[in-house]
Amino acid sequence: MIDTNVYLERWPFRRLTADDSEQLVATLKALGITQAWAGSFDGLFHRDIGGVNERLSQKCRESDDGFLIPFGTVNPTLPDWEDDLRRIDEEFQMPGIRLHPAYHGYMLDDSRFAELLRFANDRSLAVQLVVGMEDERTQHTLHRIPSVDLSPLKAVLKEVGGTQIMILNAFRSVSVAQAVELTLDTSIHFDIAMLEGIAGAGKLIESLPAERIVFGTHAPLFYPDSAILKLIESGLPEAILLKLKAENAANWLANR
Amino acid sequence: MNHPLHAKFGIWDLHCHLLGIPGRTPEEKMAGLLEIADRHQIERLCLFFSSTWAKNPTADELRTDNDYVIQAMSHWSDRVLGFCYVSPEHVEASLDEVERCVVNGPMVGIKLWVAQRADAGELDAIIDKASKAKAVIFQHTWFKQDGTQTPGESTPLHLAALARRFPDTHFICGHAGGQWELGIRAIRGLPNVSVELAGSDPTAGFTEMAVRELGASRVIFGSDAAGRSFASQLAKVYGAAISDSDRQAIFRDNLRTLVLGTGKIKA
Repeated sequence: MIDTNVYLERWPFRRLTADDSEQLVATLKALGITQAWAGSFDGLFHRDIGGVNERLSQKCRESDDGFLIPFGTVNPTLPDWEDDLRRIDEEFQMPGIRLHPAYHGYMLDDSRFAELLRFANDRSLAVQLVVGMEDERTQHTLHRIPSVDLSPLKAVLKEVGGTQIMILNAFRSVSVAQAVELTLDTSIHFDIAMLEGIAGAGKLIESLPAERIVFGTHAPLFYPDSAILKLIESGLPEAILLKLKAENAANWLANR
Repeated sequence: MNHPLHAKFGIWDLHCHLLGIPGRTPEEKMAGLLEIADRHQIERLCLFFSSTWAKNPTADELRTDNDYVIQAMSHWSDRVLGFCYVSPEHVEASLDEVERCVVNGPMVGIKLWVAQRADAGELDAIIDKASKAKAVIFQHTWFKQDGTQTPGESTPLHLAALARRFPDTHFICGHAGGQWELGIRAIRGLPNVSVELAGSDPTAGFTEMAVRELGASRVIFGSDAAGRSFASQLAKVYGAAISDSDRQAIFRDNLRTLVLGTGKIKA
Protein backbone atom coordinates (compact mmCIF):
# COMPACT_ATOMS: atom_id res chain seq x y z
CA MET A 1 0.00 0.00 0.00
CA ILE A 2 1.43 3.39 -1.02
CA ASP A 3 0.55 6.38 1.13
CA THR A 4 0.90 9.45 -1.10
CA ASN A 5 0.29 12.02 1.64
CA VAL A 6 2.43 12.12 4.78
CA TYR A 7 4.53 14.82 6.44
CA LEU A 8 7.70 14.88 8.50
CA GLU A 9 8.81 17.45 11.12
CA ARG A 10 6.46 19.39 13.40
CA TRP A 11 2.92 20.62 12.76
CA PRO A 12 3.17 24.22 14.07
CA PHE A 13 0.03 24.17 16.21
CA ARG A 14 0.04 20.86 18.05
CA ARG A 15 2.37 18.03 18.96
CA LEU A 16 1.32 14.82 17.25
CA THR A 17 1.81 11.28 18.47
CA ALA A 18 3.66 10.32 15.30
CA ASP A 19 5.52 13.54 14.55
CA ASP A 20 8.78 11.71 15.16
CA SER A 21 9.65 10.13 11.82
CA GLU A 22 10.60 6.75 13.34
CA GLN A 23 7.28 6.62 15.16
CA LEU A 24 5.47 7.64 11.98
CA VAL A 25 7.12 4.90 9.95
CA ALA A 26 6.32 2.31 12.62
CA THR A 27 2.68 3.43 12.76
CA LEU A 28 2.25 3.32 9.00
CA LYS A 29 3.95 -0.07 8.67
CA ALA A 30 1.72 -1.51 11.39
CA LEU A 31 -1.23 -0.57 9.21
CA GLY A 32 0.17 -2.38 6.19
CA ILE A 33 1.59 0.61 4.34
CA THR A 34 4.73 -0.25 2.40
CA GLN A 35 5.79 3.15 1.08
CA ALA A 36 4.99 6.73 2.09
CA TRP A 37 5.54 9.92 0.12
CA ALA A 38 6.66 12.61 2.54
CA GLY A 39 6.55 16.37 2.45
CA SER A 40 7.68 18.62 5.27
CA PHE A 41 5.55 20.62 7.70
CA ASP A 42 8.53 23.00 7.87
CA GLY A 43 7.88 23.85 4.23
CA LEU A 44 4.63 25.59 5.13
CA PHE A 45 6.18 28.59 6.88
CA HIS A 46 9.96 28.36 6.71
CA ARG A 47 11.75 30.51 4.16
CA ASP A 48 15.05 28.62 4.23
CA ILE A 49 13.65 26.06 1.83
CA GLY A 50 17.07 24.62 1.08
CA GLY A 51 17.36 23.64 4.74
CA VAL A 52 13.83 22.24 4.78
CA ASN A 53 14.56 19.99 1.82
CA GLU A 54 17.98 18.95 3.09
CA ARG A 55 16.42 17.74 6.36
CA LEU A 56 13.60 16.00 4.50
CA SER A 57 16.08 14.24 2.26
CA GLN A 58 18.20 13.16 5.22
CA LYS A 59 15.22 11.83 7.21
CA CYS A 60 13.96 9.85 4.23
CA ARG A 61 17.41 8.39 3.61
CA GLU A 62 17.55 7.31 7.25
CA SER A 63 14.28 5.43 6.95
CA ASP A 64 14.99 1.78 6.29
CA ASP A 65 14.40 0.12 2.92
CA GLY A 66 13.37 3.29 1.13
CA PHE A 67 10.04 3.44 2.92
CA LEU A 68 9.89 7.25 2.90
CA ILE A 69 10.03 8.94 -0.50
CA PRO A 70 10.70 12.71 -0.26
CA PHE A 71 8.65 15.31 -2.09
CA GLY A 72 10.47 18.62 -1.77
CA THR A 73 9.08 22.05 -1.07
CA VAL A 74 9.23 24.88 -3.60
CA ASN A 75 7.86 28.35 -2.87
CA PRO A 76 7.81 30.36 -6.10
CA THR A 77 7.29 33.63 -4.23
CA LEU A 78 10.80 33.42 -2.74
CA PRO A 79 13.89 34.78 -4.50
CA ASP A 80 15.82 32.17 -6.49
CA TRP A 81 13.24 29.44 -6.01
CA GLU A 82 14.59 27.93 -9.21
CA ASP A 83 17.69 26.78 -7.36
CA ASP A 84 15.56 25.02 -4.75
CA LEU A 85 14.04 23.08 -7.62
CA ARG A 86 17.46 22.34 -9.07
CA ARG A 87 18.70 21.00 -5.73
CA ILE A 88 15.58 18.85 -5.30
CA ASP A 89 16.40 17.23 -8.60
CA GLU A 90 20.19 17.17 -8.78
CA GLU A 91 21.38 17.07 -5.16
CA PHE A 92 18.56 15.34 -3.30
CA GLN A 93 17.33 13.31 -6.24
CA MET A 94 13.72 13.50 -5.17
CA PRO A 95 11.09 12.24 -7.61
CA GLY A 96 8.73 15.14 -7.08
CA ILE A 97 7.68 18.32 -5.33
CA ARG A 98 4.78 19.20 -3.04
CA LEU A 99 3.27 22.67 -3.44
CA HIS A 100 1.26 24.64 -0.86
CA PRO A 101 -0.04 27.67 -2.79
CA ALA A 102 -2.38 28.77 0.00
CA TYR A 103 0.40 28.82 2.57
CA HIS A 104 2.83 30.52 0.20
CA GLY A 105 0.37 33.19 -0.88
CA TYR A 106 -0.16 32.74 -4.59
CA MET A 107 -3.09 31.81 -6.79
CA LEU A 108 -2.92 29.25 -9.58
CA ASP A 109 -3.32 31.92 -12.24
CA ASP A 110 -0.09 33.54 -11.00
CA SER A 111 2.50 33.37 -13.80
CA ARG A 112 5.08 32.05 -11.31
CA PHE A 113 2.99 28.91 -10.86
CA ALA A 114 3.02 28.18 -14.60
CA GLU A 115 6.74 28.85 -14.70
CA LEU A 116 7.28 26.48 -11.79
CA LEU A 117 5.35 23.74 -13.59
CA ARG A 118 7.47 24.26 -16.72
CA PHE A 119 10.66 23.90 -14.71
CA ALA A 120 9.29 20.78 -13.02
CA ASN A 121 8.40 19.32 -16.41
CA ASP A 122 11.87 20.02 -17.72
CA ARG A 123 13.31 18.00 -14.85
CA SER A 124 10.65 15.27 -14.98
CA LEU A 125 9.56 16.05 -11.44
CA ALA A 126 6.09 14.93 -10.42
CA VAL A 127 3.95 17.61 -8.76
CA GLN A 128 1.68 17.26 -5.74
CA LEU A 129 -0.55 20.25 -5.04
CA VAL A 130 -2.11 20.57 -1.58
CA VAL A 131 -5.52 22.25 -1.46
CA GLY A 132 -5.60 22.65 2.31
CA MET A 133 -4.14 21.25 5.48
CA GLU A 134 -7.09 21.42 7.89
CA ASP A 135 -10.73 22.40 8.29
CA GLU A 136 -10.95 26.18 8.02
CA ARG A 137 -13.37 26.20 10.96
CA THR A 138 -10.67 24.88 13.27
CA GLN A 139 -7.67 26.98 12.24
CA HIS A 140 -5.76 28.98 14.82
CA THR A 141 -7.11 32.49 15.46
CA LEU A 142 -3.97 34.08 13.98
CA HIS A 143 -3.75 31.63 11.08
CA ARG A 144 -6.50 31.94 8.51
CA ILE A 145 -5.54 30.09 5.34
CA PRO A 146 -8.22 29.58 2.68
CA SER A 147 -8.34 26.49 0.49
CA VAL A 148 -6.66 26.70 -2.91
CA ASP A 149 -9.01 27.70 -5.73
CA LEU A 150 -8.40 25.08 -8.42
CA SER A 151 -10.51 26.75 -11.10
CA PRO A 152 -7.51 28.14 -13.08
CA LEU A 153 -5.66 24.82 -13.02
CA LYS A 154 -6.87 23.27 -16.27
CA ALA A 155 -6.00 26.35 -18.28
CA VAL A 156 -2.53 26.45 -16.75
CA LEU A 157 -1.94 22.78 -17.46
CA LYS A 158 -3.08 23.26 -21.04
CA GLU A 159 -0.66 26.16 -21.41
CA VAL A 160 2.26 24.33 -19.78
CA GLY A 161 1.51 20.82 -21.00
CA GLY A 162 2.64 17.46 -19.73
CA THR A 163 2.68 18.02 -15.98
CA GLN A 164 2.11 14.92 -13.89
CA ILE A 165 -0.01 16.39 -11.10
CA MET A 166 -1.72 14.98 -8.03
CA ILE A 167 -4.14 16.96 -5.87
CA LEU A 168 -3.95 16.26 -2.14
CA ASN A 169 -6.66 17.04 0.43
CA ALA A 170 -9.07 18.22 -2.26
CA PHE A 171 -12.40 16.98 -1.07
CA ARG A 172 -13.04 19.38 1.79
CA SER A 173 -13.55 22.21 -0.69
CA VAL A 174 -13.65 20.60 -4.15
CA SER A 175 -16.92 19.01 -5.23
CA VAL A 176 -17.00 15.68 -7.03
CA ALA A 177 -18.38 17.48 -10.09
CA GLN A 178 -15.42 19.85 -10.07
CA ALA A 179 -13.02 16.93 -9.67
CA VAL A 180 -14.60 15.18 -12.64
CA GLU A 181 -14.21 18.32 -14.74
CA LEU A 182 -10.56 18.60 -13.70
CA THR A 183 -9.78 15.05 -14.80
CA LEU A 184 -11.12 15.56 -18.34
CA ASP A 185 -8.22 16.00 -20.79
CA THR A 186 -5.66 15.95 -17.96
CA SER A 187 -3.82 13.28 -15.98
CA ILE A 188 -4.83 14.74 -12.61
CA HIS A 189 -5.07 12.31 -9.69
CA PHE A 190 -6.73 12.86 -6.30
CA ASP A 191 -6.02 11.37 -2.89
CA ILE A 192 -8.73 10.37 -0.41
CA ALA A 193 -7.39 11.82 2.86
CA MET A 194 -10.11 14.47 3.11
CA LEU A 195 -12.82 12.55 1.28
CA GLU A 196 -15.89 12.42 3.51
CA GLY A 197 -19.40 11.00 3.51
CA ILE A 198 -20.47 7.46 4.10
CA ALA A 199 -18.86 4.93 1.75
CA GLY A 200 -17.29 7.95 0.08
CA ALA A 201 -14.63 6.11 -1.93
CA GLY A 202 -17.24 3.81 -3.42
CA LYS A 203 -19.42 6.77 -4.39
CA LEU A 204 -16.44 8.67 -5.80
CA ILE A 205 -15.60 6.07 -8.39
CA GLU A 206 -19.17 6.17 -9.65
CA SER A 207 -18.16 9.59 -11.01
CA LEU A 208 -14.39 9.59 -11.26
CA PRO A 209 -12.28 6.97 -13.05
CA ALA A 210 -10.87 4.56 -10.47
CA GLU A 211 -7.44 5.04 -12.06
CA ARG A 212 -7.38 8.67 -10.91
CA ILE A 213 -7.81 8.00 -7.19
CA VAL A 214 -4.92 7.23 -4.85
CA PHE A 215 -4.53 6.32 -1.22
CA GLY A 216 -3.37 9.09 1.13
CA THR A 217 -3.63 9.42 4.90
CA HIS A 218 -2.45 12.97 5.71
CA ALA A 219 -0.55 11.47 8.64
CA PRO A 220 0.60 12.38 11.17
CA LEU A 221 -1.86 15.31 11.26
CA PHE A 222 -4.70 12.82 10.70
CA TYR A 223 -4.94 9.40 12.26
CA PRO A 224 -3.79 7.26 9.29
CA ASP A 225 -6.37 4.60 10.18
CA SER A 226 -9.00 6.87 8.63
CA ALA A 227 -7.97 6.28 5.01
CA ILE A 228 -7.66 2.53 5.51
CA LEU A 229 -11.09 2.33 7.09
CA LYS A 230 -12.48 4.34 4.15
CA LEU A 231 -11.36 1.59 1.82
CA ILE A 232 -12.96 -1.04 4.05
CA GLU A 233 -16.16 1.04 4.19
CA SER A 234 -16.21 1.55 0.41
CA GLY A 235 -17.40 -1.96 -0.36
CA LEU A 236 -15.28 -1.85 -3.51
CA PRO A 237 -14.05 -5.12 -5.05
CA GLU A 238 -10.46 -6.12 -4.44
CA ALA A 239 -9.42 -5.41 -8.03
CA ILE A 240 -10.43 -1.76 -7.62
CA LEU A 241 -8.93 -1.56 -4.14
CA LEU A 242 -5.59 -2.71 -5.53
CA LYS A 243 -5.62 0.24 -7.90
CA LEU A 244 -6.42 2.68 -5.12
CA LYS A 245 -4.00 1.17 -2.63
CA ALA A 246 -0.89 1.15 -4.79
CA GLU A 247 -1.18 0.64 -8.55
CA ASN A 248 -2.44 4.10 -9.42
CA ALA A 249 0.18 5.87 -7.34
CA ALA A 250 2.99 3.72 -8.72
CA ASN A 251 1.84 4.34 -12.30
CA TRP A 252 1.46 8.05 -11.66
CA LEU A 253 5.02 8.35 -10.44
CA ALA A 254 6.41 6.11 -13.17
CA ASN A 255 4.80 8.28 -15.85
CA ARG A 256 6.42 11.54 -14.78
CA MET B 1 -8.68 -5.28 3.20
CA ASN B 2 -8.07 -5.21 6.90
CA HIS B 3 -7.29 -3.03 9.89
CA PRO B 4 -5.34 -4.53 12.81
CA LEU B 5 -8.01 -3.65 15.40
CA HIS B 6 -11.08 -4.15 13.24
CA ALA B 7 -13.80 -6.27 14.86
CA LYS B 8 -11.97 -6.34 18.18
CA PHE B 9 -14.42 -4.03 19.99
CA GLY B 10 -18.13 -3.67 20.48
CA ILE B 11 -19.17 -0.39 18.85
CA TRP B 12 -22.23 1.79 19.34
CA ASP B 13 -22.47 4.97 17.29
CA LEU B 14 -24.06 7.90 19.11
CA HIS B 15 -24.68 10.10 16.09
CA CYS B 16 -26.20 9.24 12.71
CA HIS B 17 -28.52 10.85 10.20
CA LEU B 18 -30.07 9.38 7.07
CA LEU B 19 -28.45 11.98 4.84
CA GLY B 20 -27.72 11.00 1.26
CA ILE B 21 -28.57 7.34 1.78
CA PRO B 22 -30.43 5.91 -1.22
CA GLY B 23 -33.97 4.71 -0.57
CA ARG B 24 -37.59 5.68 -1.14
CA THR B 25 -38.67 5.33 2.47
CA PRO B 26 -37.11 5.88 5.90
CA GLU B 27 -37.01 2.10 6.34
CA GLU B 28 -35.09 1.62 3.09
CA LYS B 29 -32.62 4.34 4.00
CA MET B 30 -32.18 2.82 7.45
CA ALA B 31 -31.44 -0.55 5.87
CA GLY B 32 -28.84 1.11 3.64
CA LEU B 33 -27.12 2.80 6.57
CA LEU B 34 -27.04 -0.42 8.58
CA GLU B 35 -25.56 -2.33 5.65
CA ILE B 36 -22.60 0.03 5.60
CA ALA B 37 -22.37 0.04 9.42
CA ASP B 38 -22.04 -3.74 9.19
CA ARG B 39 -18.77 -3.30 7.27
CA HIS B 40 -17.33 -1.97 10.54
CA GLN B 41 -19.21 -4.37 12.82
CA ILE B 42 -21.09 -1.46 14.43
CA GLU B 43 -23.64 -3.13 16.70
CA ARG B 44 -26.02 -0.28 17.37
CA LEU B 45 -26.46 3.27 16.22
CA CYS B 46 -28.41 6.29 17.36
CA LEU B 47 -30.54 8.09 14.80
CA PHE B 48 -31.11 11.86 14.88
CA PHE B 49 -33.49 13.93 12.76
CA SER B 50 -33.19 13.12 9.08
CA SER B 51 -36.14 14.72 7.35
CA THR B 52 -36.67 18.49 7.38
CA TRP B 53 -33.16 19.58 8.41
CA ALA B 54 -34.78 22.73 9.77
CA LYS B 55 -32.34 24.75 11.89
CA ASN B 56 -35.24 26.62 13.46
CA PRO B 57 -37.93 23.96 13.20
CA THR B 58 -41.58 24.79 13.68
CA ALA B 59 -43.61 22.64 16.04
CA ASP B 60 -44.94 20.76 13.02
CA GLU B 61 -41.44 20.17 11.69
CA LEU B 62 -40.35 18.73 15.04
CA ARG B 63 -43.19 16.23 14.83
CA THR B 64 -42.39 15.46 11.20
CA ASP B 65 -38.75 14.78 12.00
CA ASN B 66 -39.57 12.63 15.00
CA ASP B 67 -42.17 10.63 13.07
CA TYR B 68 -39.54 9.99 10.41
CA VAL B 69 -37.04 8.65 12.96
CA ILE B 70 -39.65 6.44 14.60
CA GLN B 71 -40.59 5.05 11.20
CA ALA B 72 -36.93 4.49 10.24
CA MET B 73 -36.14 2.62 13.45
CA SER B 74 -39.35 0.60 13.49
CA HIS B 75 -37.89 -2.49 11.82
CA TRP B 76 -34.61 -2.39 13.72
CA SER B 77 -35.54 -1.78 17.34
CA ASP B 78 -32.74 -4.15 18.32
CA ARG B 79 -30.09 -2.02 16.58
CA VAL B 80 -31.32 1.55 16.28
CA LEU B 81 -31.87 4.00 19.13
CA GLY B 82 -33.91 7.10 18.36
CA PHE B 83 -33.36 10.65 19.59
CA CYS B 84 -36.20 13.15 19.78
CA TYR B 85 -35.65 16.52 18.08
CA VAL B 86 -36.68 19.37 20.40
CA SER B 87 -36.30 23.15 20.30
CA PRO B 88 -36.38 25.83 23.00
CA GLU B 89 -38.21 28.03 20.47
CA HIS B 90 -41.23 25.74 20.96
CA VAL B 91 -41.21 24.70 24.59
CA GLU B 92 -44.73 23.32 24.86
CA ALA B 93 -44.44 21.39 21.58
CA SER B 94 -41.06 20.04 22.70
CA LEU B 95 -42.47 18.91 26.02
CA ASP B 96 -45.25 17.16 24.13
CA GLU B 97 -42.68 15.47 21.87
CA VAL B 98 -40.64 14.23 24.83
CA GLU B 99 -43.85 12.82 26.31
CA ARG B 100 -44.88 11.23 22.98
CA CYS B 101 -41.53 9.94 21.76
CA VAL B 102 -39.55 9.21 24.93
CA VAL B 103 -41.91 8.76 27.90
CA ASN B 104 -44.55 6.90 25.88
CA GLY B 105 -42.51 6.06 22.79
CA PRO B 106 -39.41 4.16 21.71
CA MET B 107 -36.83 6.96 21.82
CA VAL B 108 -33.99 7.11 24.36
CA GLY B 109 -32.84 10.71 24.20
CA ILE B 110 -33.24 14.27 22.98
CA LYS B 111 -31.25 16.17 20.39
CA LEU B 112 -30.71 19.92 20.61
CA TRP B 113 -29.26 21.56 17.53
CA VAL B 114 -28.93 25.25 16.63
CA ALA B 115 -32.31 26.90 17.16
CA GLN B 116 -31.14 28.63 20.34
CA ARG B 117 -28.01 28.56 22.42
CA ALA B 118 -27.85 26.09 25.25
CA ASP B 119 -27.71 28.75 27.94
CA ALA B 120 -31.18 30.05 26.97
CA GLY B 121 -33.56 29.97 29.93
CA GLU B 122 -36.29 28.53 27.71
CA LEU B 123 -34.42 25.22 27.73
CA ASP B 124 -34.90 24.65 31.44
CA ALA B 125 -38.40 23.17 31.20
CA ILE B 126 -37.30 20.80 28.42
CA ILE B 127 -34.21 19.68 30.31
CA ASP B 128 -36.25 19.21 33.47
CA LYS B 129 -38.71 16.94 31.67
CA ALA B 130 -36.03 15.04 29.76
CA SER B 131 -34.05 14.56 32.94
CA LYS B 132 -37.07 13.17 34.80
CA ALA B 133 -37.63 10.80 31.86
CA LYS B 134 -33.96 9.76 32.22
CA ALA B 135 -33.43 10.64 28.55
CA VAL B 136 -29.92 10.97 27.14
CA ILE B 137 -29.40 14.68 26.41
CA PHE B 138 -27.32 15.65 23.39
CA GLN B 139 -26.40 19.24 22.50
CA HIS B 140 -24.64 20.13 19.22
CA THR B 141 -21.68 22.46 19.89
CA TRP B 142 -19.07 24.14 17.73
CA PHE B 143 -16.45 26.85 18.10
CA LYS B 144 -16.21 28.01 14.47
CA GLN B 145 -13.20 30.03 13.45
CA ASP B 146 -14.34 30.88 9.95
CA GLY B 147 -17.31 33.13 10.73
CA THR B 148 -20.00 30.55 9.96
CA GLN B 149 -21.33 30.19 13.52
CA THR B 150 -25.09 30.65 13.32
CA PRO B 151 -26.85 32.93 15.84
CA GLY B 152 -28.39 30.05 17.79
CA GLU B 153 -25.40 27.72 17.56
CA SER B 154 -23.95 26.78 20.93
CA THR B 155 -20.32 26.54 21.88
CA PRO B 156 -19.34 24.20 24.70
CA LEU B 157 -19.30 27.27 26.95
CA HIS B 158 -23.06 27.68 26.45
CA LEU B 159 -23.58 24.02 27.30
CA ALA B 160 -21.38 24.43 30.37
CA ALA B 161 -23.70 27.20 31.59
CA LEU B 162 -26.69 24.88 31.17
CA ALA B 163 -24.91 21.98 32.86
CA ARG B 164 -24.16 24.16 35.88
CA ARG B 165 -27.88 24.83 36.27
CA PHE B 166 -28.59 21.08 36.22
CA PRO B 167 -25.71 19.49 38.14
CA ASP B 168 -27.57 16.20 38.59
CA THR B 169 -28.33 15.81 34.87
CA HIS B 170 -25.89 14.33 32.38
CA PHE B 171 -25.19 16.13 29.10
CA ILE B 172 -23.30 15.18 25.96
CA CYS B 173 -21.26 17.91 24.32
CA GLY B 174 -21.71 17.09 20.63
CA HIS B 175 -18.61 17.35 18.43
CA ALA B 176 -16.62 18.41 21.53
CA GLY B 177 -16.97 21.89 20.07
CA GLY B 178 -15.21 21.04 16.82
CA GLN B 179 -12.11 22.82 18.02
CA TRP B 180 -11.69 20.10 20.58
CA GLU B 181 -8.76 21.68 22.38
CA LEU B 182 -11.17 24.46 23.37
CA GLY B 183 -14.24 22.29 23.84
CA ILE B 184 -12.58 19.84 26.19
CA ARG B 185 -11.29 22.70 28.33
CA ALA B 186 -14.71 24.36 28.39
CA ILE B 187 -16.47 21.41 30.01
CA ARG B 188 -13.68 19.61 31.86
CA GLY B 189 -14.65 21.04 35.26
CA LEU B 190 -18.17 19.65 34.91
CA PRO B 191 -18.37 15.95 35.73
CA ASN B 192 -21.94 15.82 34.39
CA VAL B 193 -20.77 16.53 30.84
CA SER B 194 -19.25 14.04 28.37
CA VAL B 195 -17.79 14.86 24.98
CA GLU B 196 -18.71 13.19 21.72
CA LEU B 197 -16.01 12.65 19.08
CA ALA B 198 -18.17 12.94 15.96
CA GLY B 199 -18.28 15.21 12.99
CA SER B 200 -14.81 16.68 12.62
CA ASP B 201 -11.66 15.72 10.78
CA PRO B 202 -9.71 12.79 12.28
CA THR B 203 -7.03 15.06 13.71
CA ALA B 204 -4.52 13.12 15.75
CA GLY B 205 -4.43 13.89 19.45
CA PHE B 206 -8.16 14.56 19.88
CA THR B 207 -8.99 11.35 21.71
CA GLU B 208 -5.75 11.32 23.68
CA MET B 209 -6.44 14.82 25.04
CA ALA B 210 -10.05 13.95 25.85
CA VAL B 211 -8.99 10.86 27.79
CA ARG B 212 -6.19 12.73 29.57
CA GLU B 213 -8.31 15.71 30.58
CA LEU B 214 -11.70 14.07 31.21
CA GLY B 215 -11.01 10.38 31.72
CA ALA B 216 -12.18 7.78 29.24
CA SER B 217 -15.53 7.47 31.00
CA ARG B 218 -16.51 10.94 29.72
CA VAL B 219 -15.69 10.31 26.06
CA ILE B 220 -18.24 8.81 23.64
CA PHE B 221 -17.83 7.64 20.05
CA GLY B 222 -20.12 9.01 17.38
CA SER B 223 -19.70 9.44 13.65
CA ASP B 224 -22.20 12.01 12.31
CA ALA B 225 -22.73 9.63 9.40
CA ALA B 226 -23.89 9.82 6.71
CA GLY B 227 -22.49 13.32 6.19
CA ARG B 228 -19.24 11.97 7.61
CA SER B 229 -17.88 8.53 6.94
CA PHE B 230 -17.90 5.99 9.73
CA ALA B 231 -14.26 5.48 8.79
CA SER B 232 -12.80 8.87 9.62
CA GLN B 233 -14.56 8.91 12.98
CA LEU B 234 -13.74 5.33 13.96
CA ALA B 235 -10.11 6.25 13.25
CA LYS B 236 -10.17 8.68 16.16
CA VAL B 237 -10.54 5.74 18.53
CA TYR B 238 -8.70 3.01 16.62
CA GLY B 239 -5.75 5.31 15.97
CA ALA B 240 -5.44 6.93 19.40
CA ALA B 241 -2.61 6.08 21.76
CA ILE B 242 -4.91 4.83 24.50
CA SER B 243 -5.50 1.48 26.17
CA ASP B 244 -7.85 -1.12 24.72
CA SER B 245 -10.04 -0.85 27.82
CA ASP B 246 -10.39 2.90 27.21
CA ARG B 247 -11.14 2.17 23.55
CA GLN B 248 -13.95 -0.17 24.56
CA ALA B 249 -15.37 2.36 27.01
CA ILE B 250 -15.42 5.04 24.31
CA PHE B 251 -16.67 2.83 21.51
CA ARG B 252 -19.62 1.40 23.42
CA ASP B 253 -19.65 1.07 27.17
CA ASN B 254 -20.10 4.72 28.15
CA LEU B 255 -23.07 5.18 25.82
CA ARG B 256 -24.49 1.83 26.79
CA THR B 257 -24.48 2.87 30.46
CA LEU B 258 -26.41 6.05 29.62
CA VAL B 259 -28.94 4.19 27.48
CA LEU B 260 -29.40 1.48 30.09
CA GLY B 261 -30.25 4.30 32.51
CA THR B 262 -33.27 5.18 30.37
CA GLY B 263 -34.79 1.77 31.04
CA LYS B 264 -35.53 1.44 27.32
CA ILE B 265 -33.17 -1.47 26.74
CA LYS B 266 -32.24 -4.50 28.76
CA ALA B 267 -28.73 -5.19 30.05
